[in-house]
Amino acid sequence: MIKFSDKQLAIPKLMRPVYLVTAGQSKFDRAFPDKRTEELCIDALTQAAEMINMTPAELKSYIHTCYYGHFADHFGDQLLGEAVIHDRLGLDPLGNCGVKTGGATGGTTMWEAVKAVASGYSDCTLAMGWERMDEVPTDEGNFYISCAADKDWEGPLGHIYTGYYAVMAQKYWQVFGKEEDSFRRTLAEISVKHHGYARMNPYAHGAMKITVDDVLKSPVVAHPLRALDCCLMSVGAACVIICDEATAVKLTKNSPHKPLRIWVTAGSHTLRPADRRDMAIPLLPNETKEQYKDFGKKFPGGERYPGFTGFLAARMAAYYAYNQVGIKDPTEDLDVIELHDAFTISDVQTYEDIGLRPYGYGRDYVESGDCYHTNPKSGKPGKLPSNLSGGLIGCMHSVGATGIMQVFELACHLWNRWAEIHGDEKRWKKFNRQRPSDWIDLQVKGAKRALAISHAGVGSHVTATILMNPDNLIKKDA
Amino acid sequence: MSMIGQVHVKNNQYKIKGDFHHLELSQPIRLADDNWRLIGITNPRQLTHMHSYGGEAPFFEGLSQGKMMATRCDNQKCENKGSIYQPFRIYCPDCLSKMTEIDMTDIAKKTAKVHTFMVCERSGAFNSLDKPIKFINVEFDGVCTILMSYLSVGDPKMGMKVIPIFKRLDPTYTILDLSFVPAGTKADQLPKGFSF
Repeated sequence: MIKFSDKQLAIPKLMRPVYLVTAGQSKFDRAFPDKRTEELCIDALTQAAEMINMTPAELKSYIHTCYYGHFADHFGDQLLGEAVIHDRLGLDPLGNCGVKTGGATGGTTMWEAVKAVASGYSDCTLAMGWERMDEVPTDEGNFYISCAADKDWEGPLGHIYTGYYAVMAQKYWQVFGKEEDSFRRTLAEISVKHHGYARMNPYAHGAMKITVDDVLKSPVVAHPLRALDCCLMSVGAACVIICDEATAVKLTKNSPHKPLRIWVTAGSHTLRPADRRDMAIPLLPNETKEQYKDFGKKFPGGERYPGFTGFLAARMAAYYAYNQVGIKDPTEDLDVIELHDAFTISDVQTYEDIGLRPYGYGRDYVESGDCYHTNPKSGKPGKLPSNLSGGLIGCMHSVGATGIMQVFELACHLWNRWAEIHGDEKRWKKFNRQRPSDWIDLQVKGAKRALAISHAGVGSHVTATILMNPDNLIKKDA
Repeated sequence: MSMIGQVHVKNNQYKIKGDFHHLELSQPIRLADDNWRLIGITNPRQLTHMHSYGGEAPFFEGLSQGKMMATRCDNQKCENKGSIYQPFRIYCPDCLSKMTEIDMTDIAKKTAKVHTFMVCERSGAFNSLDKPIKFINVEFDGVCTILMSYLSVGDPKMGMKVIPIFKRLDPTYTILDLSFVPAGTKADQLPKGFSF
């Protein structure tokens, strides 16, 4: 049993309030044979400027430091790709830094940008993420992704990251899912939901109108996961502009939206699941020790924590974030969330790690209808809608951009601009996509607070990003 | 005539012999939808890295000798002293003292069981295992971690007792030299080159 010190569990504090001022993103697709990465990054930064009625040159004049997230140098076949993008964005001679934490790269890039502002080093930072995953065939791409596993102890075992991940899925499937058909259908429902929401999103490249049975009939990747349970492999870019209060006010002088408060926290856990050791469950504000007293009896095989069924890094990121901003119960205190749905089953695991439901009961978040924009059972708004962008399964997983895309999407809800951005016929046409005839507005009405979870691999890094309307803080001094 | 790159170390220096890269010419990529105009280029590349196992080398050498080496923290001042690590880990993750190498082959033969598993239909480039790959994560009595490996015979189940096998004939000196089979498997059922 390993333990953590009080100093390690100390709640983070920013030295001054930090704001998200604007955000932008490119179209996402499986491949862009006709575009260089910088073209996608320029698309994202140009949109961020347009969102606040500025020209790119005007917005750039405020930026003081830049953080660039892209996970895989070897995919892009370019070391120091950050320097290439920085140059092409015309941001020399500003200080810039590359950030790499696997699938959590987008979240970590914003983590750095927020800290630079909070510390007073910069008044305005750019966090830009992208990934270039289309320039090798799929099996070589799988090899490259597997390089994020331990090269001596895991990589030679098939060079297939899905396999290293799926052993955890199998454990969850058997221990907590009890191998029930009903649970398998719940997983499929997540895929239907995310592919379906992607249909309303012009940026998304995994839009599909499908049924639970379509998911259950899709090819097996690694039992019980099928092709439609898995996230997309994407290309694209996304960015956010992070500022102190005075700069945020200046930048939004002519903007249709106000700046949002932003906090980012991070957790980590072993790169190899093999190295996970037993520990007590770190509790979130809405949990008690007693509720996990008979855990092993309720779920035989689930005695170890986090074992192979929980993501400690997600739990820690949520622990720091909730305590930092005053969240007591995420389902009550938040209005909309974006989670890292790399696989349908890891989406369910995350519901538990971040306290939407207690460990062992994640499926209820879907089965209750709480996770939907409109609860299919009651016809009323879902209690806490998730992944209205389509998530990684329906919208994109362009690794370095993913965590930033989540924040762009959430901000659109908090700014009450979701329909304006996602329903715009001109954008659909520009992306050479057809807006569906049954397109619906997924704006979460009155949304004030949001959470994004950005997650790496088997849980080696996770960040939690919280956005709040400044008039709706829970803790005034957060 | 090309020769596979080979390396040995002498006087703390890598001594290399043979070819470590092969030259292939780039090829144009053209856009069929637009009069076959140039849109990109291929970048072929084949090269060989050198990689040190460092302090983990005894584990990989041990596999080729039919041994499963592990490490144990023997620092009396460490709050988790006595913990045994498999994967073999050079330094204790708590006190950062150098750990003691131990031979845990017998523990593995007597107590190994499947913690979880996955039958994977796909693989990445350079995979050398037969598909589907039967990934297993193996727990051992008295060991605080859970090793990832693969099952070479039969189908995995959680809680299943398994026995380690070692590729002593033509070893690869990689983690692939260690595999597991269900308890009760006969020697003549083992894959080529492997023995108990």
